Amino acid sequence: MIGNLDYVILQQIWWILASVVGALFLFLTFVQGGQTLLWQVGKTETEKSLVINSLGTKWELTFTTLVLFGGALFAAFPKFYATSFGGAYWVWILILFTFIVQAVSYEFRKKPNNLLGAPVYELFLLINGSVGILLIGAAVGTFFTGSNFTLNDYNQVKWTHPLMGLEAAFSLFNLSLGLFLVFNARVLGAMYLVNTIDFSGMTEFETRVRKACLMNLLYALPFLLYVLVSLLVMDGFGFDGKGVISMVPHKYLGNLLAMPQVLGLLLVGLVLVIWGVVLTSLKGSDKGVWFGGLGTVLVGLAVFFTAGFNNTAFYPSKADLQSSLTIYNASSTHYTLTVMTYVALVIPVVLAYIAWVWRQMNAKKLNVDDVTGDKAY
Amino acid sequence: MNQIDLNMVDWARAQFALTAMYHWIFVPLTLGLSFLCAFYESLYVRTGKEEWKKIAKFWMTLFGINFAIGVATGIILEFEFGTNWSNYSWMVGDIFGAPLAVEGIVAFFLEATFFAVMFFGWNRVSKGFHLFSTWMVAIGSNLSALWILVANGWMQHPVGMIFNPDTARFEMRNFWEVLFSPVAIAKFTHTTSSSFIVGSLFVITVSSWYLLKGRNTEMAKKSILVASVFGLLSTAYAGLTGDESAYVNAFTQPMKLAAYEGLYNGKAKADLVAFGILKSEKMPGDDTNPFLFDIKLPGLLSLLANRDASSFVPGIKDLVYGNTLEKIVGVNAKMERGKMAIADLAAYKNAKKSGDTAGSAQALEKFTVNKDYLGYGYFAKPEESIPPVKLTFYSFHIMVSLGCFFTFFFLVFLYLGYKNSLERHRWLLQLGFISFFLGMLASQAGWVVAEVGRQPWVIQNYLPVHIGTSNIAAGNVQATFFMFLGLFTLLLLAEVKIMLKQIKIGPEEV
Repeated sequence: MIGNLDYVILQQIWWILASVVGALFLFLTFVQGGQTLLWQVGKTETEKSLVINSLGTKWELTFTTLVLFGGALFAAFPKFYATSFGGAYWVWILILFTFIVQAVSYEFRKKPNNLLGAPVYELFLLINGSVGILLIGAAVGTFFTGSNFTLNDYNQVKWTHPLMGLEAAFSLFNLSLGLFLVFNARVLGAMYLVNTIDFSGMTEFETRVRKACLMNLLYALPFLLYVLVSLLVMDGFGFDGKGVISMVPHKYLGNLLAMPQVLGLLLVGLVLVIWGVVLTSLKGSDKGVWFGGLGTVLVGLAVFFTAGFNNTAFYPSKADLQSSLTIYNASSTHYTLTVMTYVALVIPVVLAYIAWVWRQMNAKKLNVDDVTGDKAY
Repeated sequence: MNQIDLNMVDWARAQFALTAMYHWIFVPLTLGLSFLCAFYESLYVRTGKEEWKKIAKFWMTLFGINFAIGVATGIILEFEFGTNWSNYSWMVGDIFGAPLAVEGIVAFFLEATFFAVMFFGWNRVSKGFHLFSTWMVAIGSNLSALWILVANGWMQHPVGMIFNPDTARFEMRNFWEVLFSPVAIAKFTHTTSSSFIVGSLFVITVSSWYLLKGRNTEMAKKSILVASVFGLLSTAYAGLTGDESAYVNAFTQPMKLAAYEGLYNGKAKADLVAFGILKSEKMPGDDTNPFLFDIKLPGLLSLLANRDASSFVPGIKDLVYGNTLEKIVGVNAKMERGKMAIADLAAYKNAKKSGDTAGSAQALEKFTVNKDYLGYGYFAKPEESIPPVKLTFYSFHIMVSLGCFFTFFFLVFLYLGYKNSLERHRWLLQLGFISFFLGMLASQAGWVVAEVGRQPWVIQNYLPVHIGTSNIAAGNVQATFFMFLGLFTLLLLAEVKIMLKQIKIGPEEV
């Protein structure tokens, strides 16, 4: 059945699937955002414990989604995986380091005799939530601003910038995208904490969290505006019927106009995020995270679709235009994409049990008694 | 395919060895202990006895500490294929990427989702659902082992694929052949069963310490009983699957088999070396005895390798220089054909680029004749096809001897545990106390056999390791090597300190 689909359709399906995983990851960065809020909203040990324990049941979901994002790109777009990881070496290495230190921090932070002491593990969480997300944003930014590499006849990558990927963080556009993601993660983090923590008797704590949600949206706005305006005016990397890459004036504005659904996703997504903040910070609701989360997913989808669809090179090379990667020249074969599409049919099952367990675990809000038990982080 | 930086290959190799071995300190424990936790909790749910709950919760605490650092050291491996081995990733990503993605979809989410329930769900979900979650973590962890070992098995025995000269890469043709490759099956079964042994030994090590200290004795004895049954069953299964692995090696990686047996000159009715000390001056071409000292079991190697005690088992010399009598083509002959394949591939690509249809068709035809020897064309001399023999040989013998020892070890613990007389044999408890470290040694040695023994190939017969690296300066890999070494060592020290403290605290009053 799936094997009869056109190669082009399969390549597009896999760009959509990779985008969905990437967009879900952006939603799940509420964990990273929450980590950076730890000191700001948690003034006492109990408050900090509530934050950590609330995030502690979800950090692995975010982590696993990032790993799956890497795995899905490896399987579906191996040329991207090989080119980007093997060339933009240092940006990826630094991102990975921030996730390595995150993975032990929840478990080790409060355990007696933990060698480094709780503040160091909290610092690890802060680094992961700030530097980690900033660099991921910068790396995604290169989907639009391009990178410095060439591919030879055997498709082997040669990076042409001495900073080996870190140069991504020195572009104003990439940096703004990164900072927007950092602040958006903090907005989502605050929404999630409001959704999961039982604040009875801790009004000051609650006020701090709700206020952080609004403030971080305000911090995010200038960066968001800079990214959006740049995106509308910048030239982009397009390709013609023969796959020849060229610079196209106002390429991404053109993409949004050519794909009004994507423009719709972007606008609806942004409105939903803002509505989530209104609910959380102004209306006293605890349901903001669902709007903020869905909004972030939609914005994420719009970003990835704009980068990859409508004859656009999603991983362009500034050094050699013709080395740029498109979803058509970077994908696996028809056979592999077919196999992977069959495997992807279990994704709804995975999403279903994640949602079910989430409901079971979050049915009752986290209170002070929960974090004093022996299984608390 | 040019500009090979040999220094880069060695650093990339070193980094892979470092990160994989660090990761492997934690993985066998996750694979084995997850099932033991599930057994203990099942006993609690069936009997309703609080003591089993306390036992389950205690081992889960240690499991959780270990799991976190296993996750931390694991993420780098998935991305290291890209950072240090990008040519490899591109050339085989069509096949190798798939199991990694499947692992993410079907296994990692199972672990991650239910791990949260296992640790935070005691007061939030029903007893039955909690038990279900613990089992899901065990199954999820072991499923992830399946997929990564399918990927590894494919590198050791590439099946279900073709080489596409247009893209100069390998492409998948049959997913089922990749999944059910005999090497993949042998790897998965042998790796998981040996990890169950390591998990069981961990329980025995900690419990023996309690018994030696005379504390938490009831809990320790109960834990030991379950662990020795699980360990004993696992040794039997690890033995069977280990035998299968060697049998599969005989026809997929004969050089590896020859290396771990120290067999230089092939022969019929070949003997199995039970113990041996290799001479350092031995060269593959000479006919001197490779051993300073050895104990051999006559004819057994032929039986194990080919299921026929009189069969011929090729040695390193036969495989490198060929053996006309036994119709074995040597690496020297394969190299010539490989070099022709490389030249024809380049000619094909050039002809295609310049639009010379006739020329490209002709080059392709010539290439097709020798394409299966492509990988051999990258060797400068035939001896490059020999893996480090000593390291492979000793690692293999350490693994097998310890594996045999564990069978008796579990039997004795089970018997004395059943008789409730463990505490009367302090020497045995002392042995029990160090047993986990022996298990870890055997397990790491097993990976050394698998990975050092398959050198110099990253894809057996098709792609030598040095062709697979990224085109980056060695300094980058060198720098990250020391970064990983420093960070992982720091985290390991923290983990060990936390673990020891938790063991000292112990379960409450069982």
